[in-house]
Amino acid sequence: MAATEAPGGPGTPDGSGPPRTEPVEVDRAQYVLAAVLALVGLWTLIDARGLTVGFGDPVGPRVFPYVIGTTMIVLAVILAVATSRGDVAQGEEGEDIDLTTPPDWMTVGKLVGILVLNMALVNVLGWAVTGALLFAGCAWALGSRTLLRDLLVGVALSVGSWYFFYVGLDVPIPPGILDGVL
Amino acid sequence: MDTLNLLLDGMANALTPQNLAFAAVGVLLGTFVGVLPGIGPAMAVALLLPITFGLEPTQSFILFAGIYYGGMYGGSTTSILLNTPGESASVMTAIEGNKMAKKGRAAQALATAAIGSFIAGTIGTLLVAFFTPSLADLAVEIGAASFFAIMLLSLVLVTAVLGSSKLRGFIGLFIGLTIGLVGLDLSTGQARLTGGVLQLADGIDIVVVAVGIFAIGEALWIAAHLRRTPLDVIPVGRPFMSRDDWSRSWKPWLRGTALGFPFGALPAGGAETPTFLSYVMERRLSRKSDEFGHGAIEGVAGPEAANNASAAGMFVPLLALGLPVTATAAVLLAAMRTYGIVPGPTLMADQADLVWTLLASLLIGNTLLLVINLPLAPLWAKLLRIPRPQLYAGILFFASLGAYAVNQSAFDVALLLVFGAIGFAVRRFGIPILPLILGVIIGPLMETKMREALDLSNGEISGLFNEPLAIFVYVLILLALVVPTIVSRVRGPVPTPATSESEVS
Repeated sequence: MAATEAPGGPGTPDGSGPPRTEPVEVDRAQYVLAAVLALVGLWTLIDARGLTVGFGDPVGPRVFPYVIGTTMIVLAVILAVATSRGDVAQGEEGEDIDLTTPPDWMTVGKLVGILVLNMALVNVLGWAVTGALLFAGCAWALGSRTLLRDLLVGVALSVGSWYFFYVGLDVPIPPGILDGVL
Repeated sequence: MDTLNLLLDGMANALTPQNLAFAAVGVLLGTFVGVLPGIGPAMAVALLLPITFGLEPTQSFILFAGIYYGGMYGGSTTSILLNTPGESASVMTAIEGNKMAKKGRAAQALATAAIGSFIAGTIGTLLVAFFTPSLADLAVEIGAASFFAIMLLSLVLVTAVLGSSKLRGFIGLFIGLTIGLVGLDLSTGQARLTGGVLQLADGIDIVVVAVGIFAIGEALWIAAHLRRTPLDVIPVGRPFMSRDDWSRSWKPWLRGTALGFPFGALPAGGAETPTFLSYVMERRLSRKSDEFGHGAIEGVAGPEAANNASAAGMFVPLLALGLPVTATAAVLLAAMRTYGIVPGPTLMADQADLVWTLLASLLIGNTLLLVINLPLAPLWAKLLRIPRPQLYAGILFFASLGAYAVNQSAFDVALLLVFGAIGFAVRRFGIPILPLILGVIIGPLMETKMREALDLSNGEISGLFNEPLAIFVYVLILLALVVPTIVSRVRGPVPTPATSESEVS
């Protein structure tokens, strides 16, 4: 799995864009991953220290977190070492995935923004409203330019799914500002 | 023939008009979602979980049986008609299937896949019905120490044996185990890793974890790398096979079934290995082995049967031991738990009706799949042309809806985003998802069994080794860690679709 390190040799013109998942140089993002994993491991250990073990309890709630936290830190260290030796992540493949292009952070950012907006507004406006906006917004972020049609489809989906859950499944999804209308 | 009678009883339960309708809806929904590019069986089941919230356990199981087999079948349609496979189990089907389709034999490829799936699924389900009760009888006798060892074995197999990087497998596993820790400790009631957040005290709803990691993570990952040039979709008519196709297919179907079932039933995780073995075997046995690589029907029939037989085999450990061995099984287990049903040795005794109805509905779903889907194939093929912005917007829509519907709380939607981010990260870093999701599910079970075993021995570590079965399983674990390194040298590289490096901008 270890990729050969490119010794600062001829032509690796890294003119534009963020780093790619390609065995050209050290995959710096993996250091970030290793750091996050180590922090999670550390937090698991600290959290476990705060637990009390009862007298009649030979094992207690600490052992498992201790094992998991410690291993996590060890794995993080191994990952960091492997990364420095040129270990590069192979991103996941799929039908609609083209790994030859650099990641499109703009689109991902827009989608995350829309998802966060939905989260913030769903209790205020209700699913029937935010769901429609969510669908139309995501389609727009992903490159659709038929905004009106997407909005209509979104309304149909969100109102339809609200009724399906509320009436069909007896799951009381709050109606939000459309209380009384739906 | 006790088993047969019980199965017939189950059949009687499942064959009411209402339940048949549920089975048909499940099959259609499962195939629909499974055909959609970018959606594998695990994601299909996770996305469709919420629609069973208001149903009775029996009906929701019937629905799930349909969704499960439908999703598997849909996946193979996608891999035959598009030239890239969706999940690892379809890689082999895709190689020959897509070549056949390009030669104008898409109809035959789909037919042999559908009929092979039906045969493998039916035989597999019958085998489940015969093996599960006796295994469950044995499993009742298994002590906590051995149970702990068996769970450890399945995690080791899934993590270290499958996948290309052991390091990444273990990272995935331990991310999952950490997620599994969140919530109240079951025996002392103390909060672990909740950071003082009250909503986390009950633990994280597995629906939110699964939907976040499978659906949101996948959609965001695809959005970051969306293929801008559409793939070729090969048009297809109604599937059919000539006499020659039949005579070339039936043996691979049966051999594929024989290979797939044991791999599914053992905790060796999924269909990747048996589909590969089946492909290699058919290539060796075929009289037209020169056709392999150019669209040999045996190369679709065998792996596809192996795939479905292992999908059925997975129910043996799930029902008899409560042990999920694939991502889809993990999601199914989670679904059962929401009904207060805990799969495991006692399930066969406590809820026998339910189990037999489930098995019967698997058989019915499988049959419906064949009846409904052969004529519908051209329609499913059209789904592959669905515009991608709307497709992935739809996935994000239903994922958000599912997470919100669990408790009608915006907090769950926030958690969904967190798991979406984790799902994105593991895809970016090539960390396998199967160990992660199994870690979430099996971790807490393992801790319970470990503490049970050690409580009995008053904390002495020997409490984990005091059963012969446990020691035997530890030996297996050691073997599992040593043998694959030898096997991988013999087996050679797995053919994978060419990626990157070929073009540099």
